[in-house]
Amino acid sequence: MSTQADGAVRIAATNPPLAARINMWSRASRRALAKNPNMLGGLIVLSVMIAISAVAGFIDRIDPYLLDPFARLQSMSADHWFGTDNAGRDIYSRTVHGGRISLVVGFLVAFTVSLVGAAIGLMVGYFRRVDEVVMRFMDGVMAFPSLLLALALIAALGASFWNIIIVISVVDTPRMVRVVRGSVLSVREMDFVTAAGALGAKAPRIMGLHILPNILAPVIIQATFVFASAMLTEAALSFLGAGINPETPTWGNIIGQGRTYFQRAIWIMIFPGVFLSLTVLSINLVGDGLRDALDPKLRRRE
Amino acid sequence: MWRYIARRVLVSIPVIFFVALITFSIMRLAPGDPVMMLLSSEDEQPDAETIAELERQLGLDKPLPKQFWDWFAGVFTGNMGSSFRSGFSVSELIGPRIQPSVSLAFFGLGLGVIFGVPLGVAAAWNANSLIDRGVMLFAVLGWSVPGFFLAYILIYVFAVELDLFPVVGYVPISEGLFDYLRSLTLPAFSVAIAIMALVARMTRSSMMEVLREDYIRTARSKGLRERIVMVRHALKPASIPVVTIVGIAFAGVITGVVITETVYSINGLGRMLVDAVVFRDFPIIQSTMMLVAMSYVAVNLIVDVLYVYIDPRIRY
Repeated sequence: MSTQADGAVRIAATNPPLAARINMWSRASRRALAKNPNMLGGLIVLSVMIAISAVAGFIDRIDPYLLDPFARLQSMSADHWFGTDNAGRDIYSRTVHGGRISLVVGFLVAFTVSLVGAAIGLMVGYFRRVDEVVMRFMDGVMAFPSLLLALALIAALGASFWNIIIVISVVDTPRMVRVVRGSVLSVREMDFVTAAGALGAKAPRIMGLHILPNILAPVIIQATFVFASAMLTEAALSFLGAGINPETPTWGNIIGQGRTYFQRAIWIMIFPGVFLSLTVLSINLVGDGLRDALDPKLRRRE
Repeated sequence: MWRYIARRVLVSIPVIFFVALITFSIMRLAPGDPVMMLLSSEDEQPDAETIAELERQLGLDKPLPKQFWDWFAGVFTGNMGSSFRSGFSVSELIGPRIQPSVSLAFFGLGLGVIFGVPLGVAAAWNANSLIDRGVMLFAVLGWSVPGFFLAYILIYVFAVELDLFPVVGYVPISEGLFDYLRSLTLPAFSVAIAIMALVARMTRSSMMEVLREDYIRTARSKGLRERIVMVRHALKPASIPVVTIVGIAFAGVITGVVITETVYSINGLGRMLVDAVVFRDFPIIQSTMMLVAMSYVAVNLIVDVLYVYIDPRIRY
């Protein structure tokens, strides 16, 4: 009965079915890539970085943990492409391994924030009674600059890999909630939602089937920006000595350890710094491209 | 209008409550209780009496809501406890560190706005031109390059190689204005570049918005020169949303200050916080966090209220 009713609703108002939606998205992304060379460049750089990290174990030339007291602070050479640090470790090998943690942290945080943020955003956007309290709490979290709250939470919880993911997710969730909530507020006023409600569809069905598919675009756009900012936060935590175990090669750690020697051995931080900057830049370019392609407000203006 | 201001103030009260609750909870999240953390710095095994005595001193024998309230009241009366590590009271430690941090934040934000707004205007004026592309590339770069990496590049180029500025350190204003400004130049730019990127981007989009308005088309079609259209008709309304940038950029400025102070060995609030995190010195962490979050709430409140004064179109 309800399916039938639902089908009737779809004819009356427009909540496009899955197949049409996928078609729409793939067309939009092809259009976006053709029109936006920056986004294409971003995708290519990002893919290269992911590929390097995936095969780091095969393309490294020396064990990234290997200490070599006879090769301390050496400049770039055939033996050590990117030079060595104060313990004689090979910067090239550490740099190609360094992307692994950063990318995985960025991805897991973006994933967690999307799930949790979308769930909370749907709740507060749909059930207006909890909205006031939850959003004031979110405002409270957002009153702290992300890095500072992350630092304080790391001081309390300790810096392990999973704690870092939890902490950065907590810090980045409120912005996602705000984005989702805003979209839910506009979608829930649309005719097909009203119609579904009038036909007796329950809240979970309306939220999952009618609202969720229509807020995916802003969630994905925001998720790319969370991905980029989480990588930066992780690197900053490592750099400040509040991140993952300093022995582990992460871009932030390598730069942090190069601090003391930067006047003599700038290469220690140049290479991981450039890799990190390029990766974050490429994610931001993809995010900008997605926003231009998916945001109907921007599209109308062209 | 007064009703709007009153409502805006009222809305910030629960936010401050949650800010305080989050800050207060941070130490309780840590495994182990504060007394053991305090005592663990001493070698000998503490006996039950010492523990009970310390608990009473710190007020930890009281119920949690009462503890929270006492702590919250302490924030406003300047009694924020003492550092676990050095034993000095938090207000004593914060006092001398305010000048370097506030100077850095002020110049960082100032430079960010002074350079960011013209960049944004130039980009919007020549939309889709080479200038626009250049500005937008700078904007996304400034937002992507980690602040600490950028800071080291600046030091390496301008202090180590070109020898124009001191490599690290901060000279207080009392030791001469020139040396003070010279010591702050590189740190201030390290903070400012991310802010410039943000401001340029927001100015550009707010300017583009205005340029689509009907009255701009009218001004152009009645034959006004392009420069007059830009300066008289477009710049003024476009500058209004830019005011809110100060509120938004504040978080970026604080983050920049924390990182920059560490890079340039400036003994300010940010460096104090980073050291406190490494040594798990919770009274310092909590009071710094509280200070920053409350100034964030205050800055955004002021910006929102100013907005009503600046923009004659808004009437509440």
